[in-house]
Amino acid sequence: MNSGRVWKYGDDVNTDVIFPGKYTYQPMEPAEMAEHAMEDLDPGFAKSVKAGDVIVAGKNFGCGSSREQAATCLKAAGVAAVIAPSFARIFFRNAINGGLPVIELAEGTDAMKMGDEVGVDFATGTVEHAGKTYTFPPLPPEVLAILEDGGLIPHVKKVLAKE
Amino acid sequence: MGLTFAQKVLAAKAGVDWVDVGQIVEIEPDVCLSHDNTAAIAKKFASIGVDRVKDPDKFVIVLDHTVPASESKYAQNHQEIRAFVDRNGIDRFYDVGVGICHQVLPEKGFALPGRLILGSDSHTTTYGAFGAFAAGVGRSEMAVLYATSRIWLKTPASFRIVVDGTLAEPVTAKDLILHIIGAIGADGALYKSVEYTGESVEAMSLSSRMVLSNMAIEMGAKNGVCLPDKKVYAFLEPRAETEYTPVLPDADAEYEQVLRFDAGSLEPQVAKPHTVDNVSPVADVAGAPIQQGLLGTCTNGRMEDLRLAAKILDGRTLAKGVRLLVLPASQEILLDALREGVIDTLVKAGALLLNPGCGPCLGAHQGVLAPGEACISTANRNFKGRMGSPDAETYLASPATVAASVVTGVITDPREFF
Repeated sequence: MNSGRVWKYGDDVNTDVIFPGKYTYQPMEPAEMAEHAMEDLDPGFAKSVKAGDVIVAGKNFGCGSSREQAATCLKAAGVAAVIAPSFARIFFRNAINGGLPVIELAEGTDAMKMGDEVGVDFATGTVEHAGKTYTFPPLPPEVLAILEDGGLIPHVKKVLAKE
Repeated sequence: MGLTFAQKVLAAKAGVDWVDVGQIVEIEPDVCLSHDNTAAIAKKFASIGVDRVKDPDKFVIVLDHTVPASESKYAQNHQEIRAFVDRNGIDRFYDVGVGICHQVLPEKGFALPGRLILGSDSHTTTYGAFGAFAAGVGRSEMAVLYATSRIWLKTPASFRIVVDGTLAEPVTAKDLILHIIGAIGADGALYKSVEYTGESVEAMSLSSRMVLSNMAIEMGAKNGVCLPDKKVYAFLEPRAETEYTPVLPDADAEYEQVLRFDAGSLEPQVAKPHTVDNVSPVADVAGAPIQQGLLGTCTNGRMEDLRLAAKILDGRTLAKGVRLLVLPASQEILLDALREGVIDTLVKAGALLLNPGCGPCLGAHQGVLAPGEACISTANRNFKGRMGSPDAETYLASPATVAASVVTGVITDPREFF
């Protein structure tokens, strides 16, 4: 069980506000990407976010560009999971591929507010908030394997080593 | 029960007769695209520990996002990409100036009906206009494709968008797709395969269909296809790199939703700041001041777009305090526009001609916005901060609306010029 502080955002948070386009084609390591995380949505985020914090957002989180740094910068900033009713598909893939857990939670996100404590248990597939427990659907086994290996690159390395 | 377009392509690639919606398949794409992000992908590829790209002929690399390099770090990025391309024998490499990847792939005959194309760019959906199943992926996935040529995809449910009626000039495919996105929302087709059909889509040029497919991602779609026809085959006749087999959905395929729109009653549309689904008729925001117009991008940088803008700008000049940036989507289009005199018309009106490329669309260079400025653009995104300052505003519209607005200096319904 991971327990963390909530950073709460609205619907349709796009990858441009998570990681601005002007940085997208500059060579940058993940730690530096983290300094720009959420820059055009919440300029205070990058300075205050702590390891284990959780982003809770509205529907269609991560819409827009395919830029993988939108997921990488959140992971590098210490975000333990992103919880939303739905995710844009490329962001969803990028998050799994970067080892950042994304949780599709049909209900409960409305009640979660900025600064609340929220618990996430991947083993049981549950999120706990304010005395309530919500369940989320498990990832397909092919996809879960990638997340469990820490992302797509380590996963593929492992698969290729076996072959 | 039959198969949708998406099911049919994915089943064929997986080597089976049938795939269920939701089924995960491991497939080998026909073509993979990357652009200025190739250097970053190459680093991820190197970390896998595979020496060389497995099948270099599968990859097309186009430098288009920050071209020519505006800073030495971008120049270094391009330099690393050229070295990677040489080292791995990737022949399908298009350097600075050839054009925007989503224009170059069709022009060079790589976007073919029935093909499965993946690109590390969200607007890879554009090749749906040629009957391909085309979707965006991330950088790590492209790195793995370099190494293994294989990837998993989930079979999406499908929407059919049927457009009846005829668009009345100067109303365009851009107005239509903005209207559709406004109606169903930025997640209205989330994770779906969209098939655009109906008499209006059939009557459209390929350039117009590219607008529909290009912006499918802005309603969350995985891909957006226009069913291939004689127009596609004629365009590809001198260009296609190989023979191809068109894929069409079965007549009894199952759609999660069928949505109908009427092109005949449509008026010019605009997406207001700061989301693509914040759409209204141009008339609702007419009179709002703008300081910059952008004519170009993978959405609207083709001949019919430049011609339409030139029709309005012919013999007129930009309003005081307004600038217009023009970026043809490719060298081929630039040459056509020069030959036809379209560039002459635009530049005489006061436009600034820039090289083919993505330009300021993603806010990296070539005309970004200052705080407090407003831009009317033919691009596909107007997110906060996208074109420069987070305190600037971007409106998305057709080439006609952009041209009309830069003449008056305020957002203007282009029908006033027809």
